[in-house]
Amino acid sequence: MYDFEFLRPDTLDEAIAALDRDDAMPVAGGQTLLPTLRQRLNAPSRLVSLTAIPGLRGIRREGDMLVIGATTSHAEVAREAGAHFPALAALAGSIGDPAVRNLGTIGGSIANNDPSACYPAAVLASAAVVVTTRREIAAADFFQGMFGTALQPGELVTALRFSIPERAAYAKFAQPASRFALVGVFVAQSGTAARVAVTGASEGGVFRWEAAETALSGDFRPEALAGLTPPATGMIDDLHGSADYRAHLVGVMTRRAVARAAA
Amino acid sequence: MARITISVNGQNRSAETEGRTLLVQFLRDGLGMTGTHIGCDTAQCGACMVLIDGRAAKSCNILAQEAAGRCVTTIEGMANPDGSLGPIQQAFRDHHGLQCGFCTPGMVMAAAALLAENPEPTEAEVRGYLEGNLCRCTGYHNIVKAVLAASGQDVSALDPALSAPG
Repeated sequence: MYDFEFLRPDTLDEAIAALDRDDAMPVAGGQTLLPTLRQRLNAPSRLVSLTAIPGLRGIRREGDMLVIGATTSHAEVAREAGAHFPALAALAGSIGDPAVRNLGTIGGSIANNDPSACYPAAVLASAAVVVTTRREIAAADFFQGMFGTALQPGELVTALRFSIPERAAYAKFAQPASRFALVGVFVAQSGTAARVAVTGASEGGVFRWEAAETALSGDFRPEALAGLTPPATGMIDDLHGSADYRAHLVGVMTRRAVARAAA
Repeated sequence: MARITISVNGQNRSAETEGRTLLVQFLRDGLGMTGTHIGCDTAQCGACMVLIDGRAAKSCNILAQEAAGRCVTTIEGMANPDGSLGPIQQAFRDHHGLQCGFCTPGMVMAAAALLAENPEPTEAEVRGYLEGNLCRCTGYHNIVKAVLAASGQDVSALDPALSAPG
């Protein structure tokens, strides 16, 4: 790992100021960034830790919304969100391993937008709002392809605001070594509307499977999806699974998620 | 370089660090505490596991300066004050929960984190919690048994030699 200057400011304003140069990078849990730096895939001259900023951390209920601070760890979401949004807590508890969950953060996960990360599926399926230092961004506009987001240079995620669905569940077919999603599907139902977001499968990153949403609207049962599989075009094709296999898994995991949510 | 202080096993310890210094380097190179092992150096194997403020973390995947001012517990902090093996270490010894022993410091720290959260885990919960700790001798069975024994549970049913009739 190349050396860099490390700063850990305790206010957001100081963090924003410290990041105001081309080769500075923010870091929260660092569970993805540090391995990347150690492979010398990136070489920032300055890392700005966000973990000492008190207002960025924690979970609070606001009416029918659940607001989660950007530097809240996966373990904290798993422990504390269950009473409000059990499907999200279960998803957080399935990320990586316990040590990764203690350090990794929800804001870091979505800002990185790994195509196989779990959180983007929950954010997109719940139509969550991404709150940043400059604006509020709808989930549908936030995720912009593999590792791509709407974030501009120097813009930081400060919180996620989830609309709590009436019923929801996440089903993940985990890559057994990394625990990332080979395919993960988050389903959310409110009223007659259903939303289905898929991670791990597409070369374009997280996406909504609209054919499944149409089939599930007004008929939120696994049987409503009988025979339905998305096209394999654009699915990730690698040594862990072919495009056809991933497309097949999307159908399977969506039915499992619906069965879990409807139970 | 920056001199930082971390509470390690209850004592404030200081050493010089660069921005890029990892917590495991601070412990091993800065303080000479080599009980914490570097296995894969890619944050996958868990041999470097320590507790930070009581929670399990891979010390090869957090910067030392990020841990400044926090409370770190390492394998050196798991023994009894008189130097004899602590309860989790003793259970690993009693149940032969190690073969080459390289992963053992991380396994013991993961077990300590688990038992602090969940004092009487099931076998499945132990196996689930140890997902981030690799034993390349593949000695998992006795490790799981040792963790269950350290929680005070009867593990005789997990040992065919002990549970065999006669």
